[in-house]
Amino acid sequence: MDHQPFFAALQRIYPKERLLTKGVQLLAYESDALTSFQTKPSAVVIPESQDEVIETVRLCHQFGVPYVARGSGTSLSGGSLPIENGIVIALNRLNRIKKLDPEQRIAVVEPGVVNLQISQAADRYNLYYAPDPSSQSVCTIGGNVAFNSGGAHCLKYGMTSNHILGLKVVLADGEVVEFGSESLEGVGVGPDLIGLFVGSEGLFGVALEITVRLLPKPELYRTVLAAYNDLETAGNAVAMVVASGLLPGAMEIMDRLSIKAAESAVDAGYPENAAALLIVELEGESEQVETEFEEIMDVIKESGSYEIRVAKDAEQRLRIWKGRKGAFSSVGRLSPDYVVQDGVVPRSHLGKALAEIDRLSQEYGLDVANVFHAGDGNLHPLILFNGREEGALEHAEELAGKILKMCVELGGSITGEHGVGMEKRNYMPAMFSEVDLETMKTIRRQVDPKEISNPGKMFPGGEAPALKMTGMHPLEAKGIISRE
Amino acid sequence: MSLQPTTLEELQSIVKDNQGLLPIGGGTKPALSTAFNGATRLDMSRLSGIIEYEPGEYTFTAYAGTPVRTIVAALAEHGQYLPFDPPLIEQGATLGGVIAANTAGSGRYRYGGVRDFIIGVRFVDGQGQLVRGGGKVVKNAAGFDLPKFMVGSAGRFGAFVDVSFKVFPEPRAYVTLKAVFASLGPALEAIYSLFTAPNEMDVLDLESLDDGRFGLLMRLGGLSTALPGRVERLQAFLNTKTEVLSNEVIQAEADAALWQQVNGFSWVPDGSHFAKVPISPKRIPLLENVLLSLNPSRRYTAGGNVAWLAVSDIEQLDMLLNKLNLPGLVLFGPPGRPFIGPRPGVSLARRVKQALDPSGKFLEI
Ligand SMILES: Cc1cc2nc3c(=O)[nH]c(=O)nc-3n(C[C@H](O)[C@H](O)[C@H](O)COP(=O)(O)OP(=O)(O)OC[C@H]3O[C@@H](n4cnc5c(N)ncnc54)[C@H](O)[C@@H]3O)c2cc1C
Repeated sequence: MDHQPFFAALQRIYPKERLLTKGVQLLAYESDALTSFQTKPSAVVIPESQDEVIETVRLCHQFGVPYVARGSGTSLSGGSLPIENGIVIALNRLNRIKKLDPEQRIAVVEPGVVNLQISQAADRYNLYYAPDPSSQSVCTIGGNVAFNSGGAHCLKYGMTSNHILGLKVVLADGEVVEFGSESLEGVGVGPDLIGLFVGSEGLFGVALEITVRLLPKPELYRTVLAAYNDLETAGNAVAMVVASGLLPGAMEIMDRLSIKAAESAVDAGYPENAAALLIVELEGESEQVETEFEEIMDVIKESGSYEIRVAKDAEQRLRIWKGRKGAFSSVGRLSPDYVVQDGVVPRSHLGKALAEIDRLSQEYGLDVANVFHAGDGNLHPLILFNGREEGALEHAEELAGKILKMCVELGGSITGEHGVGMEKRNYMPAMFSEVDLETMKTIRRQVDPKEISNPGKMFPGGEAPALKMTGMHPLEAKGIISRE
Repeated sequence: MSLQPTTLEELQSIVKDNQGLLPIGGGTKPALSTAFNGATRLDMSRLSGIIEYEPGEYTFTAYAGTPVRTIVAALAEHGQYLPFDPPLIEQGATLGGVIAANTAGSGRYRYGGVRDFIIGVRFVDGQGQLVRGGGKVVKNAAGFDLPKFMVGSAGRFGAFVDVSFKVFPEPRAYVTLKAVFASLGPALEAIYSLFTAPNEMDVLDLESLDDGRFGLLMRLGGLSTALPGRVERLQAFLNTKTEVLSNEVIQAEADAALWQQVNGFSWVPDGSHFAKVPISPKRIPLLENVLLSLNPSRRYTAGGNVAWLAVSDIEQLDMLLNKLNLPGLVLFGPPGRPFIGPRPGVSLARRVKQALDPSGKFLEI
């Protein structure tokens, strides 16, 4: 198609330093953190105001040009992968915190604000923004909204969607709508449009302004580290904690390979020779936490752990978390390449799922490291391979697919927090019927009749760019962010 | 006319063969559940019962027509609960009704409302198709989050067949602290300071008392050994950081009875019109000002984030809400117009309506 009039219109909005069209300029936008997919966009625009975004989306609609909104490009599922012959709307400069009201515990922010910056701004009021993806020092709230991102501390207070109160969005056909409010009740009346938009993976339009709720910082943390001789016993310990009726803020497991990697990378001081580590963290008001702590210690002592450690101060706590949060990039150092999956299983099936992953790992002759959100059954198997070997990536992807199918068979999901994106779209039929998927597509077409907003993602079918293997996300290689 | 499907297949053929359908659960919210203008009652109460409850998973799946009472009883056997305190349980509210109306009681303060606990839904859409959204696990990011979308959907997008929820362990003990303030101002100031305090509360309700005074009700849940210390600490906080006039500790049966009353809406005067209005605490003074002439029975839950207003005339309230730009949902009152005040985002809702119910089998949104 002839893009000339479209580009001429873009040029009227953007000065040339904010309208990138040259090969080298586009290079940084060719992929997200799932680097095996790459596509060169026709152009990248860098808006500085909401109006510029709105005008851009309207032009895309008018000329039928596909676009993908992009925050920091840390999506692990190809969500922010560009569309061929389409443009990228890079939102990093829409990064104002427009309002922070400690009395009502809310903040109103633009989509390019980095997740951690909200907590930093709220810190002096003793408040924080709860969802904590491991990428929180770089990923944007806009990306979090699109993917309903989670983190280690989403067990008690939920994922991104549970913390969004209001949204202003430009829909794919250019209509601007606002819903929700500054009330903790959010939408409150009529269908929950926030629920619909959060997690829609950029298929409805672009979020322009986001009202988030803040929480008071927990007064006290109690962090327990327990070592086990096998993974299954650690998995059962999770079930025991859950059954005890206590509600920890985080419950995480690492297996032998990831422990070893974390040790060599960050010297976390983990017990040696452990086949599995369980991290349980209680958080909240001190009297309550202290009492819960006594109970949880009784449970963990009964759980077959051979060594239990309790963080004595903030520094020891941070050290435990440093090993955990950096585990995947540490594992990455053990192997030239890896893919990470994000399936969910019912918590009582954790042991079974891990055993099956182990079996598949042997069958495929590929090492798999496990570091995961045990408290909510969200696995993160990390499949190691060498991309320079012919067919190795495809082999690893095949194993990843088997793991996803197993998660669905056990009654779970193909993704807990990384989203479907480009990567897992062909597994959607394992979870949803044709009618389910067709219904979702119909909703999408009502909002985006020309299917220009991040097309080719979430739903099965369509052309996929050829797989390439290029290793770690550049930020990850530098150790700025780590996968969880 | 009233139709009462007893199986999924019956429900599907009813939807295919009829128009103007209004799905109805327990009928406890008459403004939402009374058929009017020739609409057809779609009585969902026969699609009832728990399908799957795995206490170790902290999740359950049940038919949407299941009375919440049944769910609450099953959960209680394992020390579990729905933290958002679904109201009108005694009166017979069903799961489907709670979702469609988006009603949550005082307990929604701490962990969130209906939307924060629903994880899956299967519904029959306007074409008679069975559609599923979400799943049965506590964490799931696959596909559009239709379960959340259905919260507050008022039966306009389809009829729920079954739904899945996550649940939490119930606190083993509760205590309520009731604090009295001379007027609204100091009561709101107290809410603001409590918002950033370390003290954790399951409930923070604001109620209007006689003589312009306001009360704050703070319910603390947790391990019984920790509660006395936490209450003392909260009292000390109120005494030093707020202008509290007096406070009273309410325990055991009295505590349970109090919250049963509040969440059962038994404080709402007979015959009044009754609406829910999401609000932010800072706008309460504005609302209070315009309400002055009506002097309705009222209550603010979730730390002043939801107003529950019992008025004699919903039309008047509609006008006031439009002036204040606050949306409202009518629970008790004349049928036919559950949504009052402004309707932010309704154009997006209409697009989804067009997708799920293109020929308008269910009522207009
Ligand atoms: C090392 C590492 C660790 C990670 N850890 C976690 C983790 O712990 N938990 C977790 O959930 N995820 C994690 N992720 C995944 C990723 O960080 C999240 O998905 C994050 O939300 C993406 O944010 P982003 O700003 O990079 O978005 P991008 O990758 O730029 O975009 C992601 C998606 O959001 C859309 N989008 C972006 N902005 C907008 C907007 N304003 N409006 C509409 N759509 C928009 C894009 O089109 C795309 O589909 C990790 C990633 C890495 C690389």
